[in-house]
Amino acid sequence: MTGLPRWLDIGVLPLVNLALALLAAAVVVVLVGEDPLHVFAVLLQGAFAPGALGYTLYYATNFIFTGLAAALAFQARLFNIGAEGQAMLGGLGIAFVCLSFESVLPGPLVAVIAIAAAALFGAAWAVVPGWLQAYRGSHIVITTIMFNFLASGLMVWLLSGPIMRPGQGSPQTRLFGEGVWLPALHDLARGLGFEAARSPLNLSFLFALLACAAVWVLIWRTKFGYALRAIGHSEEAARYAGIPVRRAVVAAMALSGALAGCMALNEILGVQHKLVLNFSAGYGFTGIAVALMGRNHPLGILAASLLFGALFQGGAELNFEFETITHELALVIQGLVILFSGALAYMFTPWLARLLLSRSAARA
Amino acid sequence: MARNGGSRQPDRAAVRLRGVAKRFGAVLANDDVDLDIGQGSVHGIIGENGAGKSTLASIIYGLYTPDGGTVEIDGKAAALRSPADAIALGVGMVHQHFMLVPTFTVLENIMLGMEGGFLLGQGEAGIRARLESLSRQHGLEVDPDALVDDLPVGLRQRVEILKALFRGARILILDEPTGVLTPDETDRLFTILRGIRDAGGTVVLITHKLREVMAVCGTVSVMRHGRMVGRRETAETNTAELAELMVGRKVGQAARPSAGAVGTPVLRAAGLTWRSPGGALRLDEVDLELRAGEILAVAGVSGNGQSELLDLLSGLSGVQEGRIEFAGRRIDAAHPATPAEMRALGLAHVPEDRQRRGLVLPFEARENAVLGRPENAGPGPWTSGAAMLAHAEPLIARFDIRPPDPMLPAAGFSGGNQQKIVLAREFDSAPAVLLLGQPTRGVDIGTIETIHAQVMALKERGSAILLVSTELDEILALADRIMVMNGGRVAGTVPAEGATRRQLGLMMTGAAGEAGA
Repeated sequence: MTGLPRWLDIGVLPLVNLALALLAAAVVVVLVGEDPLHVFAVLLQGAFAPGALGYTLYYATNFIFTGLAAALAFQARLFNIGAEGQAMLGGLGIAFVCLSFESVLPGPLVAVIAIAAAALFGAAWAVVPGWLQAYRGSHIVITTIMFNFLASGLMVWLLSGPIMRPGQGSPQTRLFGEGVWLPALHDLARGLGFEAARSPLNLSFLFALLACAAVWVLIWRTKFGYALRAIGHSEEAARYAGIPVRRAVVAAMALSGALAGCMALNEILGVQHKLVLNFSAGYGFTGIAVALMGRNHPLGILAASLLFGALFQGGAELNFEFETITHELALVIQGLVILFSGALAYMFTPWLARLLLSRSAARA
Repeated sequence: MARNGGSRQPDRAAVRLRGVAKRFGAVLANDDVDLDIGQGSVHGIIGENGAGKSTLASIIYGLYTPDGGTVEIDGKAAALRSPADAIALGVGMVHQHFMLVPTFTVLENIMLGMEGGFLLGQGEAGIRARLESLSRQHGLEVDPDALVDDLPVGLRQRVEILKALFRGARILILDEPTGVLTPDETDRLFTILRGIRDAGGTVVLITHKLREVMAVCGTVSVMRHGRMVGRRETAETNTAELAELMVGRKVGQAARPSAGAVGTPVLRAAGLTWRSPGGALRLDEVDLELRAGEILAVAGVSGNGQSELLDLLSGLSGVQEGRIEFAGRRIDAAHPATPAEMRALGLAHVPEDRQRRGLVLPFEARENAVLGRPENAGPGPWTSGAAMLAHAEPLIARFDIRPPDPMLPAAGFSGGNQQKIVLAREFDSAPAVLLLGQPTRGVDIGTIETIHAQVMALKERGSAILLVSTELDEILALADRIMVMNGGRVAGTVPAEGATRRQLGLMMTGAAGEAGA
């Protein structure tokens, strides 16, 4: 895509972008009168200290799911901007299943059905724009964005009416029974005989790691993945090869939406244990930056998710430590990383190529 | 040819290059090139694809700045930083792909960029008058108020030439101008070029067609691998010597195969009529029959329905009217077949556009070797790198694909070797029917020999081959029967034995529909 050798594209370029983002952030920090090295030290401390690591991984779980969603669609050159709405629908699926069945079925079984529902609801919400793109030529960027608004409106209506907790004035459902909750990892660890700090980190982190592996196998080790990549590089060639392009586009969007929907496993089934308004909180959009930074590769996405998770968790810590650094300034630092590794991901490609490749050519 | 540029001395040079070099990354496209083009001559520059001809032309036209060496125009050192500099010095260029606005009239295209005032009317009258005198002077008649979109390709090219002359070009560079022309249009172009020469203009003709160089050029310069390897007066050379200079070794003339025993019909099409989504009639009642062990060639100027015919037969487009009968199946509007189904029935397809269609350029050679044949990629729903490797290696050996690296992305191979990847993949299935679109377009002469030999071998093994080519030489060298298309219709089908370029050329233009057998 960039014309760079793989080691440059995957290895060096994201690090250069990250370094520049941190440099820009350092300038901002200096401007508000703090020592950037100290700030970064606090940020790292806040993200990776024993008690904080769980929070970092909890945030990373959200990014892994939405990052994988963006990356999988992008393999077929589909820009799925709708992970946000698909995640909301995933949460809705969980809520429907839990509220309907938890009184009649055993808890673990309900949880399993709820997980399937999260994927199915997310997939269904993505299939409609996918179908419109494949069979009617409506641009997927436009339709997925519009579907985010539709999802948002749907959630407001449902959570302020039909499924709102009775007798309450806040937009959320009642708490699900404890039997369907995804176990927290510190509880699991205690079960295995060692102690871990309390954190929101739960079983869905392991699901996210499994999803990374599954996406990798799907893209690089199956004929379906081959077809998606062929479509992504050249739709003409894919058609020539007899690949049913339209069906593959719809299928790719379904899988992408299912991954986005699974973000709700972490937030709803793992942490909140009830459906709340706006739980997706922009993770769907940030997932696009995660996928870009991770170069659409599951390992890259894992690494980028850890970084963004650390920024979210460490950024919150800055708030407490520095008087001059408010929550908004922490957001600025996160925003700079997204800007440099997302929107400006390829800005430095030509210079980097000239710098490093002419050197290696001269050596050769 | 009595008057040719060779009789003039290089000191009357219109263009003089000394030691010109141009590098793109690791590729030295032009390497220490010297070139003298005499004023008032038609000078040919020939060479294989990638020999550096177009780069050289782009340097003379100011599109590229050379990394080293000097350029002189009309005896004066020229520092060309952009085409504007070249145009100011009297250099004009007609590109291979026309640079015209199709929704503008001829006049509007010509005045583009030199409207001469805020309101169009101010300059138009003057430009119209100048254009008409220029047209008459050079025999370049074209209706100034015709929409470019409505003009046939030959006339569009005239508009390009007029555009260059109108901007004061005394040195006219034409890059592969005959690729899209019928033999007749080519002759008319050459008459125009001779006229420009006789009026004192200089013409630089870049081509890979030796016949044309011999027909119209006085002097010819030969390039190979970025270097200038020879300069000949056409009166003192022949095509064999020029071909040898281009390739760097002797090139065998393909022997015309004897027509073998004609096999049974394997594919029939009847009454194929097809309209583009915009409603334009692209195919009109096309009938054809392909027989085992036979090559049926489709001749015609590109854009006369050949591509649409290939798309229909391969399943890429749906049949609208008419029917195709193949391997016991009837394919029509009510019973469509997908490309995958056509393959399963025993069809193979070498598409005309290998880079967009025949290959996924970022995919490795081994991945491309299974494109359209997923059963070769691995068991069940899985792909296996080892299986693809095992499939690709013998193909690479059999077609002598270089470099023999199955892990190299297709984009890393030269045009000829990319084509060999496609051919190797499609030939490998021993197809009942092979659709062969432009098999040697952009392929160097040495590779053309290999490709032609492989095509003949496949025919000997009993495949029915439909060859679509815009190169009459190729068609005459390979075909058993020739079907000529014009305006989406079959203008006629003739046996290749005894067919002449002139006869085929007339059929291509629709001037001799009755000439068909």
